[in-house]
Amino acid sequence: MNPFDLVRPKTLADAKSAFRGDAAWLAGGHTLIPAMKSRLRTVETLVDLSSVPGLDTITRDGDRIVIGAMARHAVVAQNAVVLGAIPGLAALAGGIGDPQVRNRGTIGGSVANNDPAADYPAAVLALDAVIETSHGVHTAEDYFQGMFATALADGELITAIRFRIPDAGAYAKHPHPASRYALAGVFVARFADGHRVAVTGATMGVVRWTEAEQLLDSGRSLEGLALNSDELSQDIHASAEFRGHLAGVMLRQAAQDLR
Amino acid sequence: MKANFILNGAAHAADAPAETLLADYLRDDLGLTGTHIGCDTSQCGACNVLVDGESAKACTLLVATLDGANIVTIEGLGTEQALHPMQAAFRKAHALQCGFCTPGMVIAGITIANRHGPDLSDELIRHELEGNLCRCTGYQNIVTAIADGARAMSAEGAREKANAA
Repeated sequence: MNPFDLVRPKTLADAKSAFRGDAAWLAGGHTLIPAMKSRLRTVETLVDLSSVPGLDTITRDGDRIVIGAMARHAVVAQNAVVLGAIPGLAALAGGIGDPQVRNRGTIGGSVANNDPAADYPAAVLALDAVIETSHGVHTAEDYFQGMFATALADGELITAIRFRIPDAGAYAKHPHPASRYALAGVFVARFADGHRVAVTGATMGVVRWTEAEQLLDSGRSLEGLALNSDELSQDIHASAEFRGHLAGVMLRQAAQDLR
Repeated sequence: MKANFILNGAAHAADAPAETLLADYLRDDLGLTGTHIGCDTSQCGACNVLVDGESAKACTLLVATLDGANIVTIEGLGTEQALHPMQAAFRKAHALQCGFCTPGMVIAGITIANRHGPDLSDELIRHELEGNLCRCTGYQNIVTAIADGARAMSAEGAREKANAA
């Protein structure tokens, strides 16, 4: 790893002022540190957020649950508020990576990184979430801008994610057997005003699946539906056609698991 | 950078460059070579240690961020004369061949028992071992050892409670 300066601020204000020049935020570090070890990423200043209080709280606020950016996956998976309001979101968090990753990795880190095969982006988009940051707020619709690209400006820090509580929701993914990232993952959420469906892993970045939403809204069969998109990913692990097919299988599984 | 933490039950004052990883610090600075570096890409779990009672990959933690933590490595679990019940279960079930993954497996096994109690199904153990790779055994004896170790940990906990009462 190339040397860097590490700063451990104790307040959000100090964290913001510590972020200068070629800097990065350190949340759980389970993507960033491996990237720095392989020198895919170098930084001059690393601002560690683990000593900033209040960034990992989980609360219910009316028709939303608010999850602090530093909440770890293992905590979200077992949190009573999340389990009560959106059990499908708790289940998603409990299926990320492996136990060691879930013990350290955070929701803010995952959403800021926006890996095209990460699980959380599907929930953020399907659950019509609002991303609160040090600079303001982003709707999920505006936030995700393709592979590893987001609406975040340099130095902009996610502080919390506000998920809209659906009548029912579920996530299903076909994980890559080694990395546990999604080859295809589908979150289905049913709201009073209709369904929202988001797909991760299958395409270059998380996307809404409007055809699936319309079928679910009208109560028609999902049988045989596959994701048909110019944006389908293709690599040594799975062809575009297979990913599109898998997305359909995961859609039907999630729709069946809605609770 | 300085960091003060508890290491294997004793207070420890670390002072290392900011980029120092816990796995390297344990092995190179302290000579605690029971924590193994298998993949160095955060996938294999050979470097698992306990941080505040939960398993963590020591190759993916910066020493300087661990101020105030309670860290236990494989060396801190038991002694040769008095193995930790999970270590004893690994020996009894012959849950290793080359032994390289074993420290991380034992640490993972302890946290699985802590999270899920004494009655573990094979399916649950295999699911919870998602982050621990073994290239030799095919996992069968490791799964057996963790199931046995979880029961032994529970029995020992009950004995200690009875003795304290």
